[in-house]
Amino acid sequence: MSNSTLSFWEETGNGRTGIMGWLTSTDHKRIGLMYLYILLAMFIVGVFLGLAIRLELIAPGRTIMDAQTYNTVFTLHGVIMIFIVVIPSIPAAIGNLVLPIQLGAEDVAFPRLNLFSWYLYVGGTLLALVSLFTGGGTPDTGWTFYVPFSEFTTTNVSVAVIAVFILGFSSILTGLNFITTIHRLRAPDMTWTKIPLFTWSLYATGWIQVLATPVLGITVLLIFAERVLGVGLFDPNKGGDPILYQHLFWIYSHPAVYIMILPAMGVVSDIIPVFARKPIFGYKTIAFSSLMIAFAGSLVWAHHMFTSGMSDTAVLIFSLLTFIVAIPSAIKVFNWTATLYKGSISVEPPLLYALGFIFLFSVGGLTGLILGSAGTDIHVHDTYFVVSHFHYVIFGGTGFGLFAAMHFWLPKYYGRMYDKTLSKVAFYILFVGFNLLYFPLFIIGLQGMPRRYYDYLPQYQDGHIISTVGSWVLALGLAIMFYNLIKGCLKGEKVNGRNPWGAATLEWTTPTPPPLLNFDREPDTSRKPYDFKGVTPDE
Amino acid sequence: MSEHKHEHHILSIKTAGIILGLLLLLTAITVGVSRINLGFLNVAVAMTLATTKALLVILFFMHMKYESRFMQAIVFMCFLILAIFIGFTFFDVAYR
Amino acid sequence: MSNHVHKDYAGAKLGMWLFLFTEVLLFGGMFVLYSAYFHEYPREFHIGGKQLDVVIGTLNTVVLLLSSFSIAAAITYIQQGKKKLALIYTYLTIGAAFIFLVNKTIEWRAKFHHGIWPDSPHLRELSHGENIFFGLYFLMTGLHALHVIIGMVVLSVMVYFLKKDVINQQDFVKLENAGLYWHIVDLIWIFLFPLFYLVL
Repeated sequence: MSNSTLSFWEETGNGRTGIMGWLTSTDHKRIGLMYLYILLAMFIVGVFLGLAIRLELIAPGRTIMDAQTYNTVFTLHGVIMIFIVVIPSIPAAIGNLVLPIQLGAEDVAFPRLNLFSWYLYVGGTLLALVSLFTGGGTPDTGWTFYVPFSEFTTTNVSVAVIAVFILGFSSILTGLNFITTIHRLRAPDMTWTKIPLFTWSLYATGWIQVLATPVLGITVLLIFAERVLGVGLFDPNKGGDPILYQHLFWIYSHPAVYIMILPAMGVVSDIIPVFARKPIFGYKTIAFSSLMIAFAGSLVWAHHMFTSGMSDTAVLIFSLLTFIVAIPSAIKVFNWTATLYKGSISVEPPLLYALGFIFLFSVGGLTGLILGSAGTDIHVHDTYFVVSHFHYVIFGGTGFGLFAAMHFWLPKYYGRMYDKTLSKVAFYILFVGFNLLYFPLFIIGLQGMPRRYYDYLPQYQDGHIISTVGSWVLALGLAIMFYNLIKGCLKGEKVNGRNPWGAATLEWTTPTPPPLLNFDREPDTSRKPYDFKGVTPDE
Repeated sequence: MSEHKHEHHILSIKTAGIILGLLLLLTAITVGVSRINLGFLNVAVAMTLATTKALLVILFFMHMKYESRFMQAIVFMCFLILAIFIGFTFFDVAYR
Repeated sequence: MSNHVHKDYAGAKLGMWLFLFTEVLLFGGMFVLYSAYFHEYPREFHIGGKQLDVVIGTLNTVVLLLSSFSIAAAITYIQQGKKKLALIYTYLTIGAAFIFLVNKTIEWRAKFHHGIWPDSPHLRELSHGENIFFGLYFLMTGLHALHVIIGMVVLSVMVYFLKKDVINQQDFVKLENAGLYWHIVDLIWIFLFPLFYLVL
């Protein structure tokens, strides 16, 4: 294409080249990719831990590890997947790649702070890894760090919670940066109703990151303080109340699931119209429902605590409030479906993954209603039903959202295309594997199989076997998908032109790959983000 | 360096002094009232006075009175969210 | 090269306020705990509060209010181009922060002297509610004192910037943001003071 502009791969912006050109770069695209590399590496670690859990559970009793190892493995799986992979996945990695360009900006509002966030993320990740090999052993509390156990276990919880604190701080600063960017750095005439829905979703996410994550910060600091000082704030023997810990923990961690899912919804909202060649149905309702979810999501945390011994009044109120969150989520699903209706659909890989998202997220969301209603929750609380619901939402939702985003945007940034056929094959294997893995867990969950148990009664074994086999299929799908993406990014066919998919948002008007300051000409902000008139894919 | 001049509101030293005086006065009242036993009302009065003081600091010392509507709205929202976190916890704590 | 240094005054302000929100909610988690435990142990909190030194508490409140005024004044002066006065008032703010910490130290030492520190043998003999009260007292005022120290460091950097004319009549957003941080420290104390020293 145009050889007048160097891409961000060639020009560092700080005069340094090689690895230092990356580690000291304040360019949002480089930082986004650096997030992506680390979190995908950690994702693979998390996947292996997950496979180990599944393999252990293929038969009752000891299979490949002892009970204490099992406890540490599911704790690690949770901590890594939640705090290191899923929370930064779409917001920090994809958000950094895409958000400034979608607004017509040259970078985020605070580029150096952006790099600092990345270093905090790396520092937190390293510290989490340190906690595995130091102190009294690998943490075994589960990712929730529930007291009083987390205060008294001899394993290395102290270091792990500090790692979580640092990771939380990184997430806060990214949210702060994005909110300011969206307010201050929009190109002229990029009005609020022209902002692409992915960026809108990151705006809502940013607010949750800023307003909810500090509560996690103080919560984990309190665990640390309890372990060091023994104040007894959560220790019943000293007058403390463990249920208050659960309140604090879920005040953050419930909104946190919206930090995870909202950006994925944004990705899907951006992808669906492109491949249906139709303006998105109900742009404003989708944008507004993101804000609604962010707000309503802060009101419902105690639905994780129905069996904790909390007051009945609270159970009633929080159960009622929980149903409110379902409304904006459902609005989005209906809008996506309505966008597809009578569209001129071309089934490209990004769309396929986005459709996978809608299906799996809907299963996760609907089973969430069973958990949100107190009467049914009492029966399935702490069973595999919850585990399955959660993975449908977070893996089926955020995970597939991330995969969709990678298939959609990575060709833009690498300037190379993956093998589309192979990526479709990977999708179908993934999809089958996913449902094989998690669907049986709904059933054995309903039958009473408790979560986090090392051993189980023989009656649950059929479900576990199917599930474990499913985990292998899923792993195969992941392997093919990653192989194809990596090969595509490195050696794939060159992307000709700026707009391989025929999308109408600003990032597709820049050269491929984008130059250091993103634009080689004034961004054209006259067009609505989903107005495809006259936009065709560049061949 | 900055090429365009911004319109900044400058808080006059006199206003700042008046606010300081008010804050000190309210502090004196807070301490004074706490010496009288009003039962539950003590907590309410103390919190009302503290909130008033906080408002004075935010509005004048932190210039919020002169900021845009949007800034005022998000500050309000921040405290609203905190109030929700505390208030909703009481759905549990108060009804045990 | 990135020589496109855009000085975005409103952006810097917005970013700072967002950061302050995180501070408010960081303490907010502790306030959730405080209110829940106050509800559970009102009588014990009252007994605990009686053991704190109202004089030092009031003194520190006054000190912080004065420091809030002085940093606000420093910002006014730099906006008016009076660099020297701005410097003096920033120094005064740092001085007030220091006095606050000295008082805090005296107060804590007195408590240690009476055998009251987190998980101390004496506290373990007292009622549950008192243990929780003092636990919260140490954690919340401790976290606050940490913020005072951070504030002092930030303000010291501002002194350096003022001297180097990095902060000047045209470009003072750094000092304003440091001031905002300092006001938040004061703001939190405004609530901590009645909650611990004056509980009834």
